[in-house]
Amino acid sequence: MNDKNETGAQAAETVGVSPVAEAAPAVASTRTKAPVRKQANRRKFIRSVCMVGGVLGLSMLGYVPVASARKSRLRPPGALEERDFLSSCIKCGQCVQVCPVAAIKLDDIDHGFGVGVPYIDARKQACDFSCDAVQCILACPTGSLTYTKPPSLEIRAGMPLAQAPVLKAKEDDPEPTLNLSERIGVARLARPDACLAVQGKGFTGQARGAHFRGHLRYVAVDRWKPIPVRDHPYQRDLCDLCVTECPIGDAIRMQESIAADGSKQYRPQVLEQCVGCGVCEMICPVEPAAIVVDQRQPWSV
Amino acid sequence: MSQFERIRVMFGAAPQKPTLVTAEAKQVHSLKRMTKADFEAIKQHAREHELVTHKWRNRRWAVLVLVNLLFTFSFWLDIQILEGALTASRFVGFHLIDLNSALQVMLAHKHIIVNLFIGTATVFVVWAVLGGRSFCSWVCPYHLLAEWFEWLHLKLVSKKLVSDHEFHRGTRSVLWVVFALLAVLSGYTVFETISPTGILSRALIYGPSLALGWVLLLLVFEVVYSRRAWCRYVCPIGLTYGMVGAVSPVRVEYRLDKCFHEGDCRKVCLVPHVLDVVIKGRAADLTTPIGPDCTRCGLCVDVCPSGALVFDVKGLSKLL
Repeated sequence: MNDKNETGAQAAETVGVSPVAEAAPAVASTRTKAPVRKQANRRKFIRSVCMVGGVLGLSMLGYVPVASARKSRLRPPGALEERDFLSSCIKCGQCVQVCPVAAIKLDDIDHGFGVGVPYIDARKQACDFSCDAVQCILACPTGSLTYTKPPSLEIRAGMPLAQAPVLKAKEDDPEPTLNLSERIGVARLARPDACLAVQGKGFTGQARGAHFRGHLRYVAVDRWKPIPVRDHPYQRDLCDLCVTECPIGDAIRMQESIAADGSKQYRPQVLEQCVGCGVCEMICPVEPAAIVVDQRQPWSV
Repeated sequence: MSQFERIRVMFGAAPQKPTLVTAEAKQVHSLKRMTKADFEAIKQHAREHELVTHKWRNRRWAVLVLVNLLFTFSFWLDIQILEGALTASRFVGFHLIDLNSALQVMLAHKHIIVNLFIGTATVFVVWAVLGGRSFCSWVCPYHLLAEWFEWLHLKLVSKKLVSDHEFHRGTRSVLWVVFALLAVLSGYTVFETISPTGILSRALIYGPSLALGWVLLLLVFEVVYSRRAWCRYVCPIGLTYGMVGAVSPVRVEYRLDKCFHEGDCRKVCLVPHVLDVVIKGRAADLTTPIGPDCTRCGLCVDVCPSGALVFDVKGLSKLL
């Protein structure tokens, strides 16, 4: 009974005190709405519809960079196909945290739906498998990076590796292979004219100059601690850094041939065991690199 | 108000007046009305002896900052206690996965691996117990920023430089459904692209990004146009956690007999519709648990001069 008596006073109090207009629904339900109130509600409704449209519109803008990207990024080892990768990645960066050479970085919002998704810029810092066990795959909580794909997902021809890749650093271990069944890309001698080996030239000095910040594991220096590339100068009569620094066994070799004039010709040749890690691209001393990794590219003879 | 009713309010329905009021509650209501002079006198008395406290706010800020710093330092200093970001992490090796991010990934990718399931289940249990939306006010970094910018907004409102524009609270429910559908249909975790929680968490751990511009834009929008707009009307993370914590034993409880119906609690509250019960005549019982949309931030507990709102753990307080 007292409820009824208080309703009037209540309405006044509610409107006066509360910062929230919808705090007077009880009143609204028992009386016909005042025109002002009706109008306010209509405005609120229109505002809300606009906001739904605005929020959805802005979030769908994220599709533009994904759709217009001509080339996807080089993704960490074990990454699913690009579409599945973007849908399954939870954008937590645990792969970033475990990488001993900090090869993995996260994309920014200019990559739309790819925001927070990991990639590797091989020229700056390639994956050299310093972790020995593909730790990023181990760290991934959603299976975006995976040792073995679930059967429902496609496996493109040329992506699976013929056999488990042998890690040169582990060659003497009882189990020298990496648990990696598919490549993330494949290396290609993109600019043979620039290649020092093709020109028959050697290389002396810091592979990428004094200011290069990339790291690489040199087993002869320290099996467990990668060091800056600039701290490890080279002296080669014939530049073969891409071949010697490749962390994978039988992935690249120096092809030797005799030219018509009888002189020896050299050319780095990528083999089927190439996983696409990008160490050759990182270490290549010419600018821009003569050898590059084509991300997500299958092996073809 | 039944539990069902409180859940309806979370999805956007307007709170209704109770139809059934217990005899005790009726008595308290009528006592408050019949002795008006006395009522005013006690109210004044309570006001004079009010202890101004920020106990819960300070505790909450400390927890929020510590949790987020733990993420940051686990990476920076390599102490490896809480690795990852808010979307997914490992706490001393145990997988933890944000429920809304997990939902988005599951809907978009349609394949759930064991670690994803374990991490999601663990976090589900944690927040089902601690009260789902506690995540918002005790963990979410955007909540803290928005709280600071809200102060600026209120300042400008009091100077009549800006005014608060409300949206319909059902907007959030609509967006939740649409983002879920978009994930299923497009195969992309669309919401994650604009989630300020994820963006801020990653920025705190992996360094600043362009995406922070979007977060700043949201904050400016909240300051000049609509108070706490993102948390109130948009964020599907909040609704996901609200649903998970719908029957949580940890909640704020309202005590009718101690309330003077001055409404200070509703002024500080992020989700004032859950405090509809404090309006004079609305309480159906002597004690009422506050609904699932409550973030358990404790601002109302701090601000109430007469102790009518307190933290309560269902079952536990009876045992003690």
